[in-house]
Amino acid sequence: MIEKKKINWIYKKIFTIRFFEERIKKIAKEKTVPGYLHTCIGSEAICVGVMAALNQDDWISSTYRNHGHAIAKGCELNEITSEIYGRKTGICKGRGGSMHISDFSKGMLGSFGIVAAGPAVVLGAALQEKINKSNKTCVSFFGDGAIHNGAFHEAAGLAKLWDIPMIFVCENNGYAEATATDWHLNTKELSDITKAYDMLSYIGDGNNVFEVYDITKKAINEAKQKNTPIFLEFKNYRFSGQYEGDTQLYQPQEEIDKAKQNDPIKLAKENSSKYGLNKNDLEKIINEAREEVDKAFDFADTQPWPQPEDALEEVYVNYPVEINR
Amino acid sequence: MTIKTVKDAINDALVQSFEEDKNVILMGEDIAGGKGREQYQGTQDAWGGPFGVTQGLYTKFGGERVRDTTIAEAGFFGAAIGAAMTGLRPIVELMYVDFAGVCFDQMMNQAAKVRYMFGGKQKVPMVVRTVVGAGFRAGSEHSQTLYSLYTHIPGLKVVAPYDAYDAKGLLLSSIKDDDPVIFMEHKRLYMTSCEVPDDLKPIPLGKGRIRREGSDVTIIAIQRMNLFAEEAADELKKINISCEIVDPRTYSPLDEELIFQSVKKTGKVIVVDESNPKCSLASEISSLISEKCFSDLKAAVIKITAPHTPVPFSPPMEDFYIPSTKKIIDAVKKLKDV
Ligand SMILES: Cc1ncc(C[n+]2csc(CCOP(=O)(O)OP(=O)(O)O)c2C)c(N)n1
Ligand SMILES: [Mg+2]
Repeated sequence: MIEKKKINWIYKKIFTIRFFEERIKKIAKEKTVPGYLHTCIGSEAICVGVMAALNQDDWISSTYRNHGHAIAKGCELNEITSEIYGRKTGICKGRGGSMHISDFSKGMLGSFGIVAAGPAVVLGAALQEKINKSNKTCVSFFGDGAIHNGAFHEAAGLAKLWDIPMIFVCENNGYAEATATDWHLNTKELSDITKAYDMLSYIGDGNNVFEVYDITKKAINEAKQKNTPIFLEFKNYRFSGQYEGDTQLYQPQEEIDKAKQNDPIKLAKENSSKYGLNKNDLEKIINEAREEVDKAFDFADTQPWPQPEDALEEVYVNYPVEINR
Repeated sequence: MTIKTVKDAINDALVQSFEEDKNVILMGEDIAGGKGREQYQGTQDAWGGPFGVTQGLYTKFGGERVRDTTIAEAGFFGAAIGAAMTGLRPIVELMYVDFAGVCFDQMMNQAAKVRYMFGGKQKVPMVVRTVVGAGFRAGSEHSQTLYSLYTHIPGLKVVAPYDAYDAKGLLLSSIKDDDPVIFMEHKRLYMTSCEVPDDLKPIPLGKGRIRREGSDVTIIAIQRMNLFAEEAADELKKINISCEIVDPRTYSPLDEELIFQSVKKTGKVIVVDESNPKCSLASEISSLISEKCFSDLKAAVIKITAPHTPVPFSPPMEDFYIPSTKKIIDAVKKLKDV
């Protein structure tokens, strides 16, 4: 049984992420925000389910599609939003933007824009945990497209060789940019690639937050018990385009319609009574989530821009010519 | 004469090269787009790369020659080398130059060295098309230029066109070239346009261009910086300062003669480069001028570059990062007084 507090947390987070991303889609259309925006509509259950199995100080890495991970990991909503708006009070002081939302103090090692950059970084954090005999869990999030990149494979091989109990979380959302997963896979199941490393792997329904939570929790225990990395593949659907503004012409309507029947938010709502939430409880959570999101966007709107010269902060090697600083 | 955008000019050069030589092929991520959804009408060729530059090629030339890849740059860059050595003329797309890191070895240690290290028996006629540049609010990992990273390597040719005319002419040459060429396209220039003759001949690599003749100060401008150089020259003309703008267009080989001639004429030089200053094209060109034209110089060469930082995301900081028209004007005025 999951404790009531956790269930409330799960529901709150899953709605917060959905509302947040819907708001991002809206402002993307209005073109009021600079830069590339990658929303994670359809990934909420994976973000929340995995994070429900983690502690605040456990380590994760994310990608350019990071809003959900950041929210679920406990990053401040106001700071995330300000960052996306490019403001000085943003979570990375406006230097990162939407693609790089990260807060080390919340256990985020980073959101990397280079596909497959994360797993090896998390491997390193997990190695540190091993050497220092501390017990924090280390999780790397990446997409189905990332499994073709050498950096992923090298991290997987080392993790297995060094008996590192890290968790690889692959979000198989059906697409890598405009390329369908069923086209780019060479194996029957995506997670079959772990056979090359003799690595344990499990497949789960990425639309069902409680299934994601269960599988992740078990995997963490098993990984630590057996001192081995574990690969989790969660299947879901990328309702958003690759980025906001993507025409999505390659995503057939019938496919989208079918996926909608398993929308993680829809499933969460349907399951709510099973987890002891009555209609009122649910409504209360939904309203709170919506309110917090609205507040965060209002907050960001009022935040100051960085000064141009703020670009020079955190620079530890200076160029000797004034005009080239 | 037709007015063309840089984007369309590049597409034209690709189509023309595909038609002229059946050995030309193209590989990259979502250079067509829609792979795996062929059964749904109208979804193929949905992207043409993130900027739509290669759109239509898949439809025209088919999947055998226009190949979508997985996110495996090291793999398909390496494949391009082998294909080039054995008879094809592959063009590979590195979606953003910032991803150079994951496949740099292929260019630095294989493509660049095959001809030299194996005794001159093989050549590697391949082109890397890649997207560079800040000003897109794309953050630190999607905004770099990294010109000098490739230019530093013997065995690689480096091309960075400013306008549609040069983009087409230089890409035609790059594809015909027998050695590996890095062809850099600036994301902020794709939609800019100029006249491009339909029958434009290939422009030889290693030939720079005087974009504007002038007599007081030489501005050597790299790729998008030509825009700011021209704006600055327009402003300065109003106060009777005459600027000569030199666009080297290719950086390996570099048209040193053209640069030196202009320096001899004006004796005052500014190099404008969007990259970070350390070991940049700006510092390379500036050092060549100091060595070769010392006695012609009336003042030290001024480099206008980005600061020595990653590209920041937020607009005020990113705008500060990118060299500006104002910085060029100020520098020219400073030189004018010496
Ligand atoms: C090394 C590298 N190559 C290419 C890209 C461009 N790119 C960004 S996202 C992406 C697709 C990634 O797909 P997937 O791993 O399935 O993640 P998703 O976007 O579906 O979450 C690509 C090719 C990149 N960022 N890094
Ligand atoms: Mg994906």
